[in-house]
Amino acid sequence: MNDTRQDTGRDPGGYRALHERIHDALGKPQVRDNFRRAMDGIRAHRAAQFPDPAYLADLRARAHAIRQHSLDALPELLEHLEQKLTENGIRVHWAEDAAQANAIILELLRTAGAHSVIKGKSMVSEEIELNAALEKAGIEVVESDLGEYIIQLAHEPPSHIVAPAIHKNRRDVAELFERFHPELPYTEDIDRLTGNARQVLREKFANADAGISGVNFAVAETGTLCLVENEGNGRLSTTLPPLHIAVTGIEKVIERLDDLPPLLEALTKSATGQPITTYVNLISRPRQDDELDGPEAVHLVMLDNGRSRIREHEELADTLRCIRCGACINHCPVYVQVGGHAYGSVYPGPIGSVLEPQRLGLEQAGSLASACSLCGACGEVCPVEIPLPALINRLRAEAVQSGPEDAPLPGRGRLRRPGEAIAWRLWRWLYTSPRAYRGFLWFATRLRALTPARLGPWTRYRSAPRPAARSLSELARREGFRNE
Amino acid sequence: MNETRQSILQRLRGTHVTGDHSGRSARSAPSHADWDSERLIARFSERQQAVRGEVYRLPRGQWLNWLALELPGRGLRQLLAGSGDIGRQLAAVDIRGVQLRTYDEPIEAWKQQLFEEVDVAITGARCGIAETGSLVLWPDRQEPRLTSLVPPVHIALLSADTLYPTLADAMAAENWAERMPTNVLLISGPSKTADIEQTLAYGIHGPKSLITLILED
Amino acid sequence: MPQAPLKPASVYYFGTCLIELLFPRAGLAGMQLLRRAGIEVIFPHGQSCCGQPAFNSGYRDEALGVARALLACFPKDIPVVVPSASCAGMLRNHWPELFVGEPDEAQAVAVAGRTWELSEFLVDVLQLQLQDLGEPIRVTLHHSCSARRETGSARQAEDLLGQLANVELLGHAHAEECCGFGGTFAVKQPELSAAMAQSKCEAIEASAAQRLISQDCGCLMNLGGMLERRGQDIVVQHIAEFLLERSQ
Repeated sequence: MNDTRQDTGRDPGGYRALHERIHDALGKPQVRDNFRRAMDGIRAHRAAQFPDPAYLADLRARAHAIRQHSLDALPELLEHLEQKLTENGIRVHWAEDAAQANAIILELLRTAGAHSVIKGKSMVSEEIELNAALEKAGIEVVESDLGEYIIQLAHEPPSHIVAPAIHKNRRDVAELFERFHPELPYTEDIDRLTGNARQVLREKFANADAGISGVNFAVAETGTLCLVENEGNGRLSTTLPPLHIAVTGIEKVIERLDDLPPLLEALTKSATGQPITTYVNLISRPRQDDELDGPEAVHLVMLDNGRSRIREHEELADTLRCIRCGACINHCPVYVQVGGHAYGSVYPGPIGSVLEPQRLGLEQAGSLASACSLCGACGEVCPVEIPLPALINRLRAEAVQSGPEDAPLPGRGRLRRPGEAIAWRLWRWLYTSPRAYRGFLWFATRLRALTPARLGPWTRYRSAPRPAARSLSELARREGFRNE
Repeated sequence: MNETRQSILQRLRGTHVTGDHSGRSARSAPSHADWDSERLIARFSERQQAVRGEVYRLPRGQWLNWLALELPGRGLRQLLAGSGDIGRQLAAVDIRGVQLRTYDEPIEAWKQQLFEEVDVAITGARCGIAETGSLVLWPDRQEPRLTSLVPPVHIALLSADTLYPTLADAMAAENWAERMPTNVLLISGPSKTADIEQTLAYGIHGPKSLITLILED
Repeated sequence: MPQAPLKPASVYYFGTCLIELLFPRAGLAGMQLLRRAGIEVIFPHGQSCCGQPAFNSGYRDEALGVARALLACFPKDIPVVVPSASCAGMLRNHWPELFVGEPDEAQAVAVAGRTWELSEFLVDVLQLQLQDLGEPIRVTLHHSCSARRETGSARQAEDLLGQLANVELLGHAHAEECCGFGGTFAVKQPELSAAMAQSKCEAIEASAAQRLISQDCGCLMNLGGMLERRGQDIVVQHIAEFLLERSQ
């Protein structure tokens, strides 16, 4: 699902579609309950990992610097990464966009005679809509991460970048399993559901022709792919099948192996409140001649898909430091109300509101920058110090700025509405014209009894505010406060 | 595809990015240089136990005895070992009620048996990391990758004197960056998931039980 | 946070546009607290708005124009005290950005560097001591997101209330979460804003507080309006008004 790809002519920015999705999401009390409980838990877990504010500040600063260096030196690091991976026997492919990435992956599968794929969790694969492309080509794709498997059965997109099925409760899962695995007895017990998932997916691991995974970090120094997980499906997908294809965004490269400890700590503590994930899997080579297991062929597909363009924007390039921890999402007061699907985008929450308008253009996704009260909770928790609120605000400015169309951000200025622009001009005139402003205050206070009880959407939910009888300026004067 | 590579790199080179690197020297990693052996073992154990890993301290020569005593009682009948030192020592003894299987041929030859018949596997560990309670495995021909992954129980032999305080310490002391093997694994507990209602459930895809035997001289 | 000066002889007071028209008593209370503490309070009559509404809507040129007019109100090198963390935050954290490259950038940066939210000024600069002359009362404090994250002055509000012996300060659930006002957000995303406000109101009602206090009138307008619609008795009040009421 990529709802942001609607007819932008009739709904530039996607505001109307966004409002509809928000409306739908707010009408689902059970799902909202699920989100509330989940977010409360995740926030508490993260907080428990960071008892010392000074330590946290240091960790964020280090992670920021490492990731910023990656962006600064990105072309050199990618070349170095490619060289080392190639020396190690891992084939590297460059993909401009989703279509190219899918074509490359399909070709690799075709060459290997692969008809079935077992997948580890990968947001990039969601971004390029890989599963749909594979299925269209007649290749069976099974998601192996439990959360991804659940939403695959439900035919839904993920509602969170780390916990894709976070919007579902045990009953939802039980019903899905009952529908798709009727041979197993119905249960809502989480341990039993987990056992059932283990059982049904085991056969898929054992017999898949290829495994496809994401990458958390790609280390240029040693030509190493770093994957983190708790379940073990990532290891299974990248060890059992004879072919392993890893997909990554180009921004995930880091320079050195010893950059990993602080980044891993920042990632796992921010994402799920764990000091470390159950497994950290560092892959540097395919199966060697004397080894008895592991894929014979390992490939890395490096995807641009707008990232090099995003990097060109002086302020917004900070977006690319993201390590996909999801902490911003977990702390967002909007997300907790409406969940991930309301954003209608691959990446939800604050990072989605910053990334998607850049990736897809403002005309398609600019409205996401309005799904935010600028509360600042996201920026406060981002482990790589992306100034998310400032970037959201910048996107709002880019959306309405009239300016050159070939500026790096697609759709720049295209969401400027003449009515709103005029309103702000009037506002500026009023607030910079002392006599007019004083006149406005006088009328508003003297005629306060005429304040309408209905003031549009505000009064749908709240009583209307009314001007006071005297403005503060008048009270100040009356109380003898100096003017200068 | 070379064109794609060129055009991506060209775009990247064409943009001059300099960000704030001041944080690089920030001290976040606490140096636990003062952690002695007891402290290291205690921390490792506590971290593992917090996520349902089992940890036992044994004199180095006792691990075979431990297996002989424990495995039958736990209903574990088929034990997988590699072809290295651990496997050889196991092959030299006979544990009642436990059949030893050696992982000495490519997985393709016996995949089904691995999945269906092996109850428990034993491996060594290259070293351990106390801070996060992690085993470090460098799988190789003698202890292949799937040994520690497929069977529902994984037993790891960890030498007490190979415990490092942190991952950074291990990487530096052993100079991993000089040459990385095919695969390096950090294993910090049994397999788990919280994908259903954020509730922890164990043994989803990897081993349901992780047992570390810390061997001391 | 600005350098804590010694207690100044006088300060500018920026009432904010919201308070000017809708909550002037709150604004006046702040001025009276300062005056009572021996500070000469100057209320420049040319003041209107800090520019934030336009800034947060993407209309930065218009925001700059209005901010510039406000800047001209503070020529002297004395602190600017603001009874709103939101507007204080705009001056302190965002004026430097807004005025970048402008001829009056240096002045704007200077003013930004001497802007204080009222509570932090009362505590950190004046070390205000308050005596509670009121009857026992249960209040809960809503920290605006701006107080938490823009001015970092949430703690000072707690300190001030903590001085009042007969005030029982109650917490409420999800206190760190935004109330949904967000200025133009409430207008651009009304349903979403209302949902957030409803969650906040539920938490406040569950606290059984008699009064809701905050450093920001935007939040108070949002929550107060909804509490009233929900038929709740709880009274909402700006912290300056509350402190003045309790101590005189």
